[in-house]
Amino acid sequence: MVDETIPRRDFLKGAMVGTAALAASNAAPTAAQTPAPGTPSADAEPLLTLTATEHAFIVAAVDAIIPADELSPSGSDCGVATFIDRQLAGAYGMGARLYRQGPFPKAKPELGYQLALNPREFFRAGIEQANAWTRKTYGKDFDRLSEQDREAALKAMEDGKAPFAGFSSRTFFDALLQITMEGFFADPIYGGNRDMAAWKMVGYPGLPATYREEITKYFGKKYDKPPRSIADFS
Amino acid sequence: MAIILKEVDAVCIGVGFTGSILARELTKAGLKVVGLERGANRSTREDFALPSVRDDLKYAVRQELFQDTQLETVSLRHTPGETALPIRRLGSFLPGVGVGGAGAHWNGVTWRLLPTDHNLRTHLENRYGKSAIAAEMTIEDFPVSYDELEPYYDRFEKLLGISGKAGNLRGQKIDGGNVFEGPRQNEYPNKPLAMSMAGSIMEKAARELGYHPFRAPAANMSSPYTNPEGVTLGACEYCGHCERFGCEANAKSSPQSCILPVLLADDRFELRTHAYVKELVYDRQGKKVKAVRYVDTRSGEEYEQPAGLVILGAYVFNNALLMMQAGIGEQYDPVTAKGALGRNYCYQVSGNNVTVFFEDKIINPFMAAGASFGMNIDEFNGDNFDHAGLGFFGGAWISAGTSNGRPIQTRPVPPGTPRWGREWKKATAKWYNHAFNIGASGCNYAHRENYLDLDPTYRDALGRPLVRMTYNFHDNDYKLAEYIGGVLGRISRAMNPSAMSSPAVRRGNYNVVPYQSTHNTGGTITGADPKTSVVNRYLQAWEADNLFVMGASVFPQNASYNPTGLVGALAYYAAEAITTRYIKSPGPLVHA
Repeated sequence: MVDETIPRRDFLKGAMVGTAALAASNAAPTAAQTPAPGTPSADAEPLLTLTATEHAFIVAAVDAIIPADELSPSGSDCGVATFIDRQLAGAYGMGARLYRQGPFPKAKPELGYQLALNPREFFRAGIEQANAWTRKTYGKDFDRLSEQDREAALKAMEDGKAPFAGFSSRTFFDALLQITMEGFFADPIYGGNRDMAAWKMVGYPGLPATYREEITKYFGKKYDKPPRSIADFS
Repeated sequence: MAIILKEVDAVCIGVGFTGSILARELTKAGLKVVGLERGANRSTREDFALPSVRDDLKYAVRQELFQDTQLETVSLRHTPGETALPIRRLGSFLPGVGVGGAGAHWNGVTWRLLPTDHNLRTHLENRYGKSAIAAEMTIEDFPVSYDELEPYYDRFEKLLGISGKAGNLRGQKIDGGNVFEGPRQNEYPNKPLAMSMAGSIMEKAARELGYHPFRAPAANMSSPYTNPEGVTLGACEYCGHCERFGCEANAKSSPQSCILPVLLADDRFELRTHAYVKELVYDRQGKKVKAVRYVDTRSGEEYEQPAGLVILGAYVFNNALLMMQAGIGEQYDPVTAKGALGRNYCYQVSGNNVTVFFEDKIINPFMAAGASFGMNIDEFNGDNFDHAGLGFFGGAWISAGTSNGRPIQTRPVPPGTPRWGREWKKATAKWYNHAFNIGASGCNYAHRENYLDLDPTYRDALGRPLVRMTYNFHDNDYKLAEYIGGVLGRISRAMNPSAMSSPAVRRGNYNVVPYQSTHNTGGTITGADPKTSVVNRYLQAWEADNLFVMGASVFPQNASYNPTGLVGALAYYAAEAITTRYIKSPGPLVHA
């Protein structure tokens, strides 16, 4: 079922060589009716730095990490892929607050991140490796796998069992998980946590967080006010 | 070539808590003081305003207020035989930058050390015998006793308006306060903070076990407070954004909220921001620091500021770096044990904790204040319990509470829960508001192989070597952590939770990635003997009588408590010696 849809990146690749219409028409009947996991929602934001291939990977990954259910929409529907694209395009992605002088010898993990790559470059290398590994193991890029295989592939990376050249697949998975959770739970002003879905899921009220009276009034009681974002006060 | 400026009476390197306090005391004594701050100015009104000050991603995760490691960091190796590598991204500890320093973004836990923390070596030798202390454990006495420092602790607490309850008022033990603390002359200046659900659960369990629970002394204002400087602090809003954030309400004590308003209004004080101090100009013969060289980071221009008095109030690592570069004192060598500069670098044996889960209780973790907003016990701290036969010394203050519910970093799930996917979502939604942590912050006693020196390879943005940290936990730390882990297990079981994690205990190599504490200490330690210490009891450098070194870099070892209370007390103690004695008759205040 997943295979029958045309991932976004094929549209984009196709568009570049002027064959978008052909590619789309071939797949139109099913693609239009049953968007597969990983298909960007209609209101997807334009990309700042991720390539189409990278974006497809990120969408598929964040939807496996945060699947849609009764608690929240999927990671990408919450804007997490948009968040990651913006973070990697900005100061964080470019290596802000990262000491980058060499030499860069192989190091024990307790010494923390020791690579010459900035986060943007790290994710580029990690996604390449992840797709190379799933192609070898499953015959397809990660985003083309079934939901079940995506989960298995992510689990293998989490356990460091997917052989990557260079850094461990676990290092990559940990970074992916971290930035996904940042996007899901950060204030919506960064593009993720759309409609404060993550805050609603856990019951975090967000702003303005002035609880001088409430600290006593709600002692042991649920604070049931709807959450508010920085945007609601700006 | 540096532009030589006109001499001033005194220069403060760093405008955080200690720099502000010293500048204030010196200007009050009539001196003209220049404050050199490498970072930008930061004011409550401009920089800590709602709503942006609640931006969890910007402040807590992307580390807006901390030292920028692109410019400057430290390197680490675990043993003297290894090659150190730079800490490329801050994790384990978070030094500050900019006006206010780390005092702008701390949580606010403000202790006095136990009397036996002050005379640690003498106390342990008297109680357990000289031979009980391993040769590698290079602990020392603070040269200033608790009783001598008591009035200065008091002064610092009054500057900050600490919320708390005395447990020992002039020798009388008071239930509800910390009955293990040294005698206080005065009650805390502000009443304790409100009680949290986590704290009430801890209180009940601790009492059942026969312990004496109390509220941690907090630099978060339980009610508005006007300090002896005439500066008024606002009341805490329990917003759960202390650590890593500035406070919009001036309700967390910081240089901004306590002292800068009066200091900046004083013509005798001049603040120079973007003044990145590069080196001390040292006159070895005359045993004086003649001037301070700094770079104006807005222009690249280098200045030399001559000064009669130099207050070194940077963070631990820069205090050590500036003295090492100038050669003020002899570098410590772990093989020969000679030299004092860099000796006895210590940290904190933290990361020991249990998470407890209660299906039927609502915790509201997001309504919180920074300073260990809950309940604590001190039965297992320092030498408050008998160590005979235990094989280690020291202990931990144990705390159960909530300091925030910011969900990027705070969303506990029971053990065995996957880190992602459907099950993770269910567990996160279910437990977010039903769990809290019991934690223990352990002493870290000096070890012969733990020290600071200059890195041979890696450099900072000014071209100076990075400070190299040779550091690991050792036998005493591991045994302490195991023992405290057992205590945490007992306490958490007494709470009768629906679920709990098994006690996490500090094991393995020191790891720079997870946050542990910004309680780095030592490297320029205070002592009675110039062969084993860098500064005397007045924090005056043995090798430069006009140089006074502030902050936790002077601690001979680290107690379990957060260092700020002692840092502030020592700052006032040194300031008094300078203003009443040194100014009148410059020269060594202690003769070696």
